[in-house]
Amino acid sequence: MIVTKQKSLEEILNFLGDDEAIFLIGCRLCAAMYDTGGLPQVKEMGEKLKARGKTVSGFSAIAALCHGKNVEKEFSERAREVDAAQSILVLACGEGVQMVNKISAKPVYPALDTLFLGSVIEDRRFEEHCSLCGECILNLTGGICPVTRCAKGILNGPCGGVNEGKCEVGNGRECAWVLIHDRLKSQGKLDNIRDIFDPKDFSRALHPHSIEEGDK
Amino acid sequence: MKFRDILNSGEFVITAEVGPPKGTDVHEMLHAADLLKERVSAVNVTDNQSSVMRLSSLAACYLLKERDIDPIFQLTCRDRNRLALQSDLLGAAALGIENVLALTGDHPVVGDHPSSKAVFDLDSVQLLQIIHSLNEGRDMSGNELDGPTNFCPGATVTPGAIPLEPQLLKFEKKVKAGAIFFQTQAVYELEKFREFMDYARQFRVKILAGILLLKSAGMARYLNKKVPGIFVPKNLIDELEKASDPSQKGIEIAARQIQELQEICDGAHIMAIGAEEKVPKILDTAGL
Ligand code: SF4
Ligand code: SF4
Repeated sequence: MIVTKQKSLEEILNFLGDDEAIFLIGCRLCAAMYDTGGLPQVKEMGEKLKARGKTVSGFSAIAALCHGKNVEKEFSERAREVDAAQSILVLACGEGVQMVNKISAKPVYPALDTLFLGSVIEDRRFEEHCSLCGECILNLTGGICPVTRCAKGILNGPCGGVNEGKCEVGNGRECAWVLIHDRLKSQGKLDNIRDIFDPKDFSRALHPHSIEEGDK
Repeated sequence: MKFRDILNSGEFVITAEVGPPKGTDVHEMLHAADLLKERVSAVNVTDNQSSVMRLSSLAACYLLKERDIDPIFQLTCRDRNRLALQSDLLGAAALGIENVLALTGDHPVVGDHPSSKAVFDLDSVQLLQIIHSLNEGRDMSGNELDGPTNFCPGATVTPGAIPLEPQLLKFEKKVKAGAIFFQTQAVYELEKFREFMDYARQFRVKILAGILLLKSAGMARYLNKKVPGIFVPKNLIDELEKASDPSQKGIEIAARQIQELQEICDGAHIMAIGAEEKVPKILDTAGL
């Protein structure tokens, strides 16, 4: 899922500026999972805005705000509420915000910061394991991604900063290269990483990405 | 004699290092380098060490070179992508700088510009491969160079790393990628270092053991706590604690270590961090 975090109310009020009537929309998938942009949070945000003198012309949360068809349908069904708004506040990831922006001509603002693609480790704990690099090497690295889980994304083993298995950047993070080494060793596959890995082909991660059915 | 030739001569090699200033006033650095000049075979110039922004290592190497000091250009992957790395290497070669120490570099979050964009386009192993390829007259895309480089490539290793095995695997990759000399992280536990040397001897590379000058018992404890791969044993800390002049004691310890290392490895790399004036004294005490 895409992990997001709510911006502070002050920051949001700041970019809403003098706009008085606001339409709010959230996403029932990723943003709902971390309670940043599901229906309850959309409602709550509406209340907070009202308490600060704004009007809420309407609010909703739909499944997969990053899906164009879903957004089009919702916006045509709620055309009156949307029309009554001066701007739209989106409680979803950056994809969701931009999908709304594609469909509506009104000013569209993000209520969340989009952090990373993450796994749900525990109820309120998320970790990033993949950074969508476009050229997966997990087959060689024991299923542990050095591109993402090593703070430097280096490909040929641990740097000099590793300290008793922990990464030099701190926060108790584990050194990805120690994890990779241990895992491969336990599987008798250390040969996987004995050869020198070539420099990464960053052109595979050239932004913006796009793909169509049939693209290979 | 050039550093490269001294390495091959079989003589016990001594290197030391200086850090460029944070600013443009290079007097102190040059003064430190001058003190080292007659006593060491080459002088490392650190590259934004600990991710703290300083005058460029390349420029500082050239200033040393102008004073007839053979510099070792420390080059990290932290601040440059593959174009900039190769471009700086060609620049170094054109300025007559022949020794490069290939490093990954510390992460910017530990330094004085923590919000900067970390590059790490390549790692130290891949950087060594590039140096090899430039020496052969090609860039890393295979394009032919108008004039090759002639670098003597080196790298680092931490014989006291915990865990050690992943570090050794990387060491072997660095050898494979063309490193011909290694300067190690500071070693204080000679027995452990001897074990490392027993293993490292199978590779035909030169190993210069790191000597980090101890200034006090407090510093030793700090190293143990904060610096990965360094362990100062208790007897040394006690020795410093009891000494009436800890700074002099640190010099004696360093000298003693150098003497012992002569039996074990190919050289010593002295890191005095700001106390370069003490290096000649260390060497005098060691009888070198
Ligand atoms: S190598 Fe890592 S970042 Fe790249 S696709 Fe695989 S898991 Fe994701
Ligand atoms: S300590 Fe390990 S995870 Fe951290 S930057 Fe170094 S190699 Fe990467």
